[in-house]
Amino acid sequence: MSTKPILSVPTEQLENTTFDATMEERILELLKRYPTTRATLIPVLWLCQERYGWLAPGVIRAVADRLGESPAYVEGVATFYTMFYTKPPAKFVLQACETLSCAVCGGKELLHHLESRLGIKPGEKTPDGVFQLVGVQCLGACGTAPVVQINDDYYENLTIERLDAVLDDLKGRS
Amino acid sequence: MESVLLRARGVPNSRSIDTYLAAGGWSGFAKALSMTPDAVVQETIESELRGRGGAGFPTGRKWSFVPKDHPGPRYLICNADESEPGTFKDREIIEHDPHMVLEGIAIASYAIRSNTAYIYIRGEFVRWAALLEDAIGEAHRQGWLGRNVKGSGYDLDIWVHRGAGAYICGEETALIESIEGKRGFPRLKPPFPAVVGVFGKPTVVNNVETLACLPHILTKGAKWFASIGRPKNTGTKLYCVSGHVKRPGVYELPMGVTFREIIEGPCGGIREGHTLKAFFPGGSSAPVMRASEVDVRADFDACAEAGTMLGSGGVIVLDDSVDMVETAANLAHFYAHESCGQCTPCREGSDWARDILDRIVAGHGRPADPETLLRICRFASQGMTICPLGDAFSLPISSIVKKFPEEFERHIRAASTVPQKKLPVLPWAGSRPGFGS
Ligand SMILES: Cc1cc2nc3c(=O)[nH]c(=O)nc-3n(C[C@H](O)[C@H](O)[C@H](O)COP(=O)(O)O)c2cc1C
Ligand code: SF4
Ligand code: FES
Repeated sequence: MSTKPILSVPTEQLENTTFDATMEERILELLKRYPTTRATLIPVLWLCQERYGWLAPGVIRAVADRLGESPAYVEGVATFYTMFYTKPPAKFVLQACETLSCAVCGGKELLHHLESRLGIKPGEKTPDGVFQLVGVQCLGACGTAPVVQINDDYYENLTIERLDAVLDDLKGRS
Repeated sequence: MESVLLRARGVPNSRSIDTYLAAGGWSGFAKALSMTPDAVVQETIESELRGRGGAGFPTGRKWSFVPKDHPGPRYLICNADESEPGTFKDREIIEHDPHMVLEGIAIASYAIRSNTAYIYIRGEFVRWAALLEDAIGEAHRQGWLGRNVKGSGYDLDIWVHRGAGAYICGEETALIESIEGKRGFPRLKPPFPAVVGVFGKPTVVNNVETLACLPHILTKGAKWFASIGRPKNTGTKLYCVSGHVKRPGVYELPMGVTFREIIEGPCGGIREGHTLKAFFPGGSSAPVMRASEVDVRADFDACAEAGTMLGSGGVIVLDDSVDMVETAANLAHFYAHESCGQCTPCREGSDWARDILDRIVAGHGRPADPETLLRICRFASQGMTICPLGDAFSLPISSIVKKFPEEFERHIRAASTVPQKKLPVLPWAGSRPGFGS
């Protein structure tokens, strides 16, 4: 698997975000799918996160402007959902499942290993900005526990050795 | 038994529409289009298909609640949120047979006279959302979706809508709020979605597996479907087995096999050197079962009679290496994290339960803790909350306290008597009249 790194655009560059023609075209396409403008909010936030890496305050304002919502409303929705980043993420976000089936099938040991290998706690980033560790709830892949999601990809049936090999590879490519 | 829902697993190129058509795919929808919508509802009622999303509500009856004289649009939503811990069957269907899901959506949409359907898929399933998008593209190109499907005069669009990380959005009214572009806060019922759903219009929410049964019911007939399984618990079921079995995975079996048959059959039994201690029969929100209850039938009614529920069919198997207090603590963390926070008993109760359980695990349990946990659970269930998440967090925890009291006693007897500097929580001491019991 070749997991794509997240490239977060710096906050300053997103201060006065405006949507270009490609983005505008995709928003118009989304608007056709729903009877209300508001319903496009989550899909538009996804578009932005794919494009800019995260939802900087400037992006939130731009989305609010485009969809006719207040920035407070957009932020309120964005922060309800755990997958929207309102702070710039590392290149690779390691989302280790902590829920029952993973926990009893080696997930706990895997998380401890990640903490000691990377020298960080869940929620933190490595100083070089390459890895971020997050403890997450059930990823819906409990039959292939333990599971770690890295950016958009699922890594299943993991052992410490396999995960180490994955991290070595990602580190080499970053 | 012949595979029905998993027949594409292992078939080369199983996701392509050509493979699907060659296996008789899309002919169930063609058949539906030759019938009246009411006849499709009737056929589904006769199949006795019950919802696979958790509650086991009869699917055809749910459709029949959609008002027939409603002038405006109606919506069908396919629930692919798959967030109940222990559940991973919908992903399996989508991965091998996305057209089966689309065909099921098409049949259900036609039955309720809807021209727009949304697939709400959990945000983490990026790859599987893309598989569905690809399949929708193929179905459009071959005229199974879009305007005037196969010359029938019926129009249907299906859109994939990705969630963004929130267990509660699997609950149908939270899901509806989420599609509308809001926080996933469950709505008070009634009104039920069948009458006032997404965008204020009549809406049916059905699970992926439920919908995947429909093409087969249409092509092979309601009688055939009802002949599989047991009375009122018909058809095949996808059991997702995780935890300490030799071969975890998704297995399709006739509804009503026993948990022993599932665990000792395709799963190959408990891992070497260990014995079964407990299992959750239907996702983590179902009351726990002891090893001695393994001969219960894995169907809706038998599970209800045994005081638990089949739920989503997610069987979580725990062997003798597992500490049940830690198990309760693990689940309490899950529910405390996922409570949307609208109702006090669920929001506060799940946090208290988590803190008390953490405290016991950390070696600072107190004799009154099990009773306190039971009170918190009582307070958050029995209709005291807007949505069933209150029960979903209470039932597994209270059942663990009740079925494994010796494990709590062991922890609490060994607990340190040195007072903690910082107590995680200060639940009320003793009984307070009129408060939660
Ligand atoms: C807290 C909670 C979470 C739920 N999560 C899911 C889910 O992830 N997937 C699902 O299909 N149903 C889920 N449900 C059940 C749905 O509310 C709804 O009953 C179901 O989608 C109806 O489909 P069915 O009739 O086909 O079973 C959940 C319910 C609750 C209370
Ligand atoms: S029961 Fe819990 S999850 Fe459901 S609405 Fe109330 S606070 Fe939210
Ligand atoms: S418990 Fe880890 S994926 Fe479900």
